Amino acid sequence: MQVVILAGGLSHERDVSEKSGRRLAEALRDIGHDVVVRDTDADLLKFLADTKPDVVIPMLHGAAGEDGTLRDVLTSLDLPYVGSGPDACRVAFDKPVAKSLVAAKGINVPSGVALPHTTFRDLGADAVMKAVLNQVGLPAMVKPARGGSAQGATIVTEANQLPSALVGAFAYSEVALIEKFIEGTEVAVSVIETEDGLKVLPIVEILPDSGFYDFHHRYTAGITEFFCPARLDAAIVKTLEDAAKVIHSTLHLRDFSRSDLIVDKQGEVWFIEVNVAPGLTETSLFPQSAQASDTDLGAIFDTLIKMAVKRGK
Amino acid sequence: MQQDGSRLDPWISRYAARASSMTASEIRSLFAVASRPEVVSLAGGMPYVQALDLDMLADGFAKMIRERGATALQYGSGQGDPFLREQILEVMAEVGISANADDVVVTTGSQMALDLVVRVFCDPGDVVLVESPSYVGALGVFRAYECEVVHVPMEEQGLNPIALEETVNRLVKEGKKIKLLYTIPSYHNPAGITQPPERRQQVLDVARRHQLAVLEDDPYGLLGFDGKVPRAMRADEPNQVLYLGSFSKTIASGLRVGWVLAPHGVREKLVLAAESAVLCPSNFSQLAVSDYLQNQPWREQIAVFRDTYKLRRDALLDTMKLLMPAGTTWTVPTGGFYSWVTLPEGIDSRAMLPRAVNSLVAYVPGTGFYVDGQGKGELRLSYCYPTPDRIVEGVRRLAGVVEQELDLLATFGPDALPHTEMPNFANTPAPNVR
Repeated sequence: MQVVILAGGLSHERDVSEKSGRRLAEALRDIGHDVVVRDTDADLLKFLADTKPDVVIPMLHGAAGEDGTLRDVLTSLDLPYVGSGPDACRVAFDKPVAKSLVAAKGINVPSGVALPHTTFRDLGADAVMKAVLNQVGLPAMVKPARGGSAQGATIVTEANQLPSALVGAFAYSEVALIEKFIEGTEVAVSVIETEDGLKVLPIVEILPDSGFYDFHHRYTAGITEFFCPARLDAAIVKTLEDAAKVIHSTLHLRDFSRSDLIVDKQGEVWFIEVNVAPGLTETSLFPQSAQASDTDLGAIFDTLIKMAVKRGK
Repeated sequence: MQQDGSRLDPWISRYAARASSMTASEIRSLFAVASRPEVVSLAGGMPYVQALDLDMLADGFAKMIRERGATALQYGSGQGDPFLREQILEVMAEVGISANADDVVVTTGSQMALDLVVRVFCDPGDVVLVESPSYVGALGVFRAYECEVVHVPMEEQGLNPIALEETVNRLVKEGKKIKLLYTIPSYHNPAGITQPPERRQQVLDVARRHQLAVLEDDPYGLLGFDGKVPRAMRADEPNQVLYLGSFSKTIASGLRVGWVLAPHGVREKLVLAAESAVLCPSNFSQLAVSDYLQNQPWREQIAVFRDTYKLRRDALLDTMKLLMPAGTTWTVPTGGFYSWVTLPEGIDSRAMLPRAVNSLVAYVPGTGFYVDGQGKGELRLSYCYPTPDRIVEGVRRLAGVVEQELDLLATFGPDALPHTEMPNFANTPAPNVR
């Protein structure tokens, strides 16, 4: 089939997206698809109109790719595409909104607040920071409310670190999310849709050398250790699998998703965030899950492509 | 169940210690966006090769291949083509250097010459003195050879000779071996300043007193906007100065032809080092440059480059004067590619970069030009590639970003300064970033 993978874009994660796009293209070409990797620009719609691909796969990370706007355009063009629809993306990409919906289904989420810079400016930064830390406690995780790859994310262990952490988060997003830091084992749980329903791929356990799975540890091969399948009790694995399915369904995600969760020392499972276009780079988590399963990246996307073509858009 | 996990790199325990700093960089990933046409990139240092007469070059290259193809496509001498080395003497005469072609080693860009010199001179732990700030590509070479890099203060007149002498004395007292003084006296990258002749002599006096080898990097020397060419330090000190030259800015960076001029003993070693590194520089590129120098009006072309860059420099400086918030200062380059900007107190240029990319403008944070964490409040702006109207738009955007950052600082106070982190040379753009 003729497949157009959209990768690149204007977000802070352009570099990651380009790598994801190329990796997926290679996997799909290996199984016979005719694949073009295309950036998004002013000529994109003309290109899509001229080439009339059988299916489009948005592999854009960050804003535009994961916030639903591009998928709105694809929907209006009646082009079949792989992945979640625009409304679901909008909800999933906004971490505070996604957290509240997931919490309503009984899954633990770290307590926290999401505030724009203007709130600190208008009400007095010191007073607001004090109130926030009273609620959230230390250590806290500070990150952009929208965005990925841990860009602009900081663990705050002392109150005097909060201002710089907030400035770091506001560099990436208008709204910063300050939430309780959950200490425990970080895991990634990928879900794919099949003809037989939702399927959870083997869970990846993440052990960054420094303790924080930041951008540096995500994209430098060798400095993070991964276990796939994760070294967890069967009961916890079942809880994680169920949670990932609930998250996927609750947020009305489609085709595939990757939920990032933490298992704390008591064995409690916490939802951190969900990705509608998870990275597919050489060091990304979704491909590791695919490789550890009874299938592979190409076969998974081959199925998703066929499903997308069948549903039409 | 697995005993050991996967690290996705089976060689991770086998790398040399010096590879430990070769890691992914969040900042470098942001430069990927700079290649998008929506972004005004004031980050990269790509020469504006569009100013060349490409049809004329095509004809010249075609003729060269027809007439000397068997030579151009063959291995050549490790020292470089003899005729090109003669021609390089003619180019160096422009900066006052008189030399012998036997002492010229042609290299794959002057970056390779830099690498060869450090390879020949420096053992791990040896000290290399550099300006504050210094060229990031050189800092990367020094780090690769595990040198200790020590910054020497620089001011409007360039390297401070008194501070240089004090630094040398201190290091000698500490028992350190100082091997090289690396300097870019003309149209400095990134600082955009030029040392006046008397200051050059003062620096040379210090070098003579302490038997310091001076590595003079001069890629921009012919790109002075007033048409005057600063006299190279090598012109006045042939024994202690090793001179690095390049055609990247005067012809085309894609040809990758540079050179090093060194005293006989050093040159012999550089040739052997060059042969072990690359066997020989590209014969194709050397003959292309040689043909260009012989048959094309290369001095006139340099004048075209100068005029082009002067217009762009003016666009940058005039717009900064109009729009940059109070407390921002910058150097006024009289040639070359760069201006060095100091931001209002409290702003961290590295932390500000994602916001700048959001606003579709890019620059290089100052920390990349130091090895010791300096440069947080500074950044490098490049005006060589974007057109003047794009530069105006880029500065307009940048000024807005700085205003927003000031607003954040006013909210969160001086505690909002990000915490110190180890410098990462990957925090600067790749060579092909606009």
